[in-house]
Amino acid sequence: MNREPNAREPFVRVSKRGVAIPMWKAFGIRGIALVASLVICSILIYGIVKLNPLKVFAAMFEGAFGTNKRMWVMIRDMMMLLCISVGLAPAFKMRFWNIGAEGQILVGGIASAACMIYLGKTISTIPLMIIMLVFSTLAGGLWGLIPGLFKARWKTNETLFTLMMNYIAIQITAYFVAMWENPIGSNTVGVINSKTKVGWFPEVFGQAYGLNVILVLALAIGMFIYLRYSKQGYEIAVVGESENTARYAAINVGKVIVRTMFISGALCGIAGFLAVSGASHTISASTAGGRGFTAIIVAWLAKFNSFVMILISALIVFLDKGAIEIASRFNLNNHVSSMLTGIILFFILGSEFFINYQVHFRSGKHKEVQA
Amino acid sequence: MKKLHAIVMALLLVLAMATTVLAEGAAPREARAPIAVGDLKVGVILIHDENSGYDLAHIDGIKSAMATLGLKDEQVIFKYNIPEDETCFDTAVDLAEQGCQIIISDSFGHQSHMMAAAAEYPDVFFVASTGDTAALENLPNVANMFPFTFQSRFVSGVVAGMKLKELMDAGKATDPYIGYVGAYPYAEVVSGYTAFFLGIRSIVPEAHMDVQYTNSWYDPIAEAEAANALMSKGCVIIGQHADSTGAPSAVQAAKDGGKEVYSVGYNIDMLSVAPTAALTSAQNNWGALYTPFLSKMISGEAMPTDFALGYADDAVMISKLGESCAAGSAEKVEEVIAALKDGSLQVFDTATFTVGGAPVTTYAWQDTDGDWVGDSGEAIVDGAFLESTFRSAPYFGLRIDGIKELN
Repeated sequence: MNREPNAREPFVRVSKRGVAIPMWKAFGIRGIALVASLVICSILIYGIVKLNPLKVFAAMFEGAFGTNKRMWVMIRDMMMLLCISVGLAPAFKMRFWNIGAEGQILVGGIASAACMIYLGKTISTIPLMIIMLVFSTLAGGLWGLIPGLFKARWKTNETLFTLMMNYIAIQITAYFVAMWENPIGSNTVGVINSKTKVGWFPEVFGQAYGLNVILVLALAIGMFIYLRYSKQGYEIAVVGESENTARYAAINVGKVIVRTMFISGALCGIAGFLAVSGASHTISASTAGGRGFTAIIVAWLAKFNSFVMILISALIVFLDKGAIEIASRFNLNNHVSSMLTGIILFFILGSEFFINYQVHFRSGKHKEVQA
Repeated sequence: MKKLHAIVMALLLVLAMATTVLAEGAAPREARAPIAVGDLKVGVILIHDENSGYDLAHIDGIKSAMATLGLKDEQVIFKYNIPEDETCFDTAVDLAEQGCQIIISDSFGHQSHMMAAAAEYPDVFFVASTGDTAALENLPNVANMFPFTFQSRFVSGVVAGMKLKELMDAGKATDPYIGYVGAYPYAEVVSGYTAFFLGIRSIVPEAHMDVQYTNSWYDPIAEAEAANALMSKGCVIIGQHADSTGAPSAVQAAKDGGKEVYSVGYNIDMLSVAPTAALTSAQNNWGALYTPFLSKMISGEAMPTDFALGYADDAVMISKLGESCAAGSAEKVEEVIAALKDGSLQVFDTATFTVGGAPVTTYAWQDTDGDWVGDSGEAIVDGAFLESTFRSAPYFGLRIDGIKELN
């Protein structure tokens, strides 16, 4: 690509990369973006709050990994985010914009909480857990199935539909919170079965959150295999690329949409089960806490690859925990930490641009800019 | 002489018991090892940050305790914006792991998560401020804390009553009709609005009041709507037990539009948003509670399960009187506060209110079987309902004559 200087050529020119760049190069670009974002953050930290940036980064690290407990809390939150991302992956791969994970998590959570409250006195933990898993899966699946059916049957817009389903789920949650409130008038459910701990995830290998890890990793690996090697996974990819091609290949598009949305909602419902039974042991309208939206970023950035999703969930939860720690340690307002998180995410998302596109400067020689 | 001395001592003890009371039924606690001032580490869990009036009052309270006791900045860890879910448990555990000997949370909904953490860390003391279950937990390391907010509400009611009387005397109001914007139909709110109403009625005996709930602790729009609805029904003074400036702002707007209406706020001075409509606000001084509580940690004396203080210890107050207050309000306020301090005035004197047309003679304050209906413990002693005395969190749940709940 030897190009002679051209008077009319713009100073900067962007072109889509013809061939995908090798893996090591892509990760190099991401690494450079991360370093660049840390440099900008350092300048900002020093410029605005006059703190040593290295100390601030060290505090972030300690906030996430400082103690054994903190690390497990980080792992627990990471597993929750991963579970939702794994749930969203098949829908997004099908180009079905499921932004209804919040609602699917909540209905799964309600199902789990209901089992804990009504069956907790009569059924012991292990069979109760299986019942909770089944009901939360069905509840989340049903919540995903409804927009899927409408899309398949009447071509409704799934973005609006799934979004609106979130608000319905939030209202239903508020209704149940009012019904189960403990103590009365407090508008919170409180810790369910706090004395008996029935329906709480039992310890596995001496770790309170061991089961969360096993369950979610199993789902993540299962989803990886399902999307990559199964016939249904292939159908999802084809429907996502082109519905007409899918029809030509005799794929029943409606059936694939409905089935995939059930699976997507069901996995988000399991995330609700994790949130209620495996973490908070309570339910509130903030049980999903915006993670249904954060998971969209995770799924997209990872291009629906389960293993990359693990890394990205870890990064996002790390940033979150780090932000809380620096706000507390340096008596900063939470907004400063949110700014730092925002800068780091911006650079990492931005680096995808340089992975997919090439930047040419007006000069004698061809040059590639990596970040 | 010795006998007189003993009588005086006994009286002092009774007085002390009346203001700072250990919950009945809880096992007596033992003294602990004292902690050197420089070694005390305190964790504070806040639902919002300093931008919320409610949390600011707690932050200021902790800071005044730090100043009084000589604690350094690095001895206190503040955790801001902690929601009422497992994040609270995680944060409490984290603070315990960082070596805090005492951890304080400021919101009611933190309570059950604090109690869960307390069960796992028996050597750390956990305080759920505004909570109500510490005495029922059977844990040696938990406590609840609450100021006598009903006293400051009563005083703010007196200010409102003075204004109402002035309006009636001048013919600017014919119906002594009060409105109240409440958060939830919960004992804390019921206790508060009843105290406010009794304060008004101590000045204007024929006053009556409507209560409109918003079902949220903080919702500026709903609070403004509730205030507007009450004003359109003819209420001339709007009181509140919700945390935003929604109601005072709405009242100020109506007043600017030519209506003769006034507002009594909560937590923060409302004069900045309602300069001519705001009369005063009922306020809590958390420092007066946190300072003695933390000093007990240092001295090693037995920790109370429930801790509540009032005007006698400067734990409650009202904000600066607004320019619209009736003449003589300041003097009347002084007089009422003095009477509350020396105990000659009881806010819930059973001679001042009736329920269903009859005076109340008995009230079970404690719920032991979890059905939210009191089943034991007598709250009425010598003709007065003793609020926040047997337990720090309010338990006055009676709906008295003269007040109507609209929703």
